Amino acid sequence: MRQAAPLVFWALALILVSLDHLGADRPRLEPPPIALGSGQLASGGHCSGR
Amino acid sequence: MWLSRSLLVGLALLGTLLVMFLAGLQAGLLVLLGLGFGLVLQGFRFGFTTGWRQLILQRNPGGVYGQMLLMSLAVVLSVPLTLAHPGEIVGAIAPISWSLILGAFVFGLMMQLADGCGSGTLYKAGAASSLSWVVLPSFIVGSTVGASHQPAWLALGGPLDGLSTTGDPLVIDLGQALGAPSAILLSLAGCGLVTYFAWQRARSRPQQMSDCEGCPPSLKPWLVGGLLLAILYLVHLVVAGQPWGIVYGLGLWGAKIGAGLGLDWSGDAFWGQAPHAQRLLDPVLWDITTLTNFGLLYGSMMAARWAGPPKTSAADQALRPIHWLIGLMAGLVMGYTSRLAFGCNIGGFLGGVASASLHGWVWFAMAFLGSLIGVRIRLKVKMP
Repeated sequence: MRQAAPLVFWALALILVSLDHLGADRPRLEPPPIALGSGQLASGGHCSGR
Repeated sequence: MWLSRSLLVGLALLGTLLVMFLAGLQAGLLVLLGLGFGLVLQGFRFGFTTGWRQLILQRNPGGVYGQMLLMSLAVVLSVPLTLAHPGEIVGAIAPISWSLILGAFVFGLMMQLADGCGSGTLYKAGAASSLSWVVLPSFIVGSTVGASHQPAWLALGGPLDGLSTTGDPLVIDLGQALGAPSAILLSLAGCGLVTYFAWQRARSRPQQMSDCEGCPPSLKPWLVGGLLLAILYLVHLVVAGQPWGIVYGLGLWGAKIGAGLGLDWSGDAFWGQAPHAQRLLDPVLWDITTLTNFGLLYGSMMAARWAGPPKTSAADQALRPIHWLIGLMAGLVMGYTSRLAFGCNIGGFLGGVASASLHGWVWFAMAFLGSLIGVRIRLKVKMP
């Protein structure tokens, strides 16, 4: 279990992330590499619920 | 040995480059930060759950000292930034709601049964703990459902609603209310008070009490771990524009898998609303917490496998079917309650305290109360 679980997780993650990425139809407006000094509002999902 | 180490590093770099290619430079930087979080958490065994349990049962204050060092450094470094760059750099600010009080209490209880909070479950899973691999999937399910129910829980209000001028549960942002110096001083006083209580508890340790099983041999790993996590926390804030979080990403994974299986979230009170509905449509690699979570899992795996394949621990060998069931249930409840409480030990406690939001301290008080009960249940059911 402890040997197989990480392998299963990463294999599943790779498959699902690939499918998810290929299925998206919106071009990305790439965010600035570093938020500080970018002048853009933070927009990522966060635990406090924004 | 060098071959396995090269493979571990090579795969980390390859993954980071791939993410960078698919989702941009910021995404790659966030994966690297996640790797750093995982390396430090596993490398220094910096666990919130373990630290609290060692204080409660063995009166060993090392973990709490390390956590308070982390909180102190994080608040000193991040509050001036968030106030100087409003909007561009945001804190974890949340209301004092009934959902926070109940959610943090139950989360604190369950994290002792699951032997890990949000970050703890991830880094222990990365380090091949069998129990954490049972906790993680149910945590994801709980987090997805908890987020969906969060608006209904928030509608119950909070104990300080009478002081609110808006009618919503009261938000106490010390930085906005008092300015950076006073907010930082108050937060440091809170850290000092907790450190004092931990010190007092350690002083009252009876001479005949047995040695602390599983405790680090000295205080150093806790303090170095706390220092490194504070630095990573600051860099994450600068790069992402928001505090480090864990749970949002896990809930998003569950919601996306649900959508893939045919669930329609469009009418959902949380996942059907902006900005979460858009995140469901966007690739998961555009989500900040997902990137650091992936990095954390891999980073802890790297740290655990650096000296060779991890051996089966005594705790893993002692697990019985009832423990698997408890872990499964604890993960589900932790995932659910973490959304009511605006995050786990990272997003709710560290993020809240470091942002000088009073909800972070309420989170800590309630979760610690829950842990006082959780460690006793843990002993009763003989969790290894």
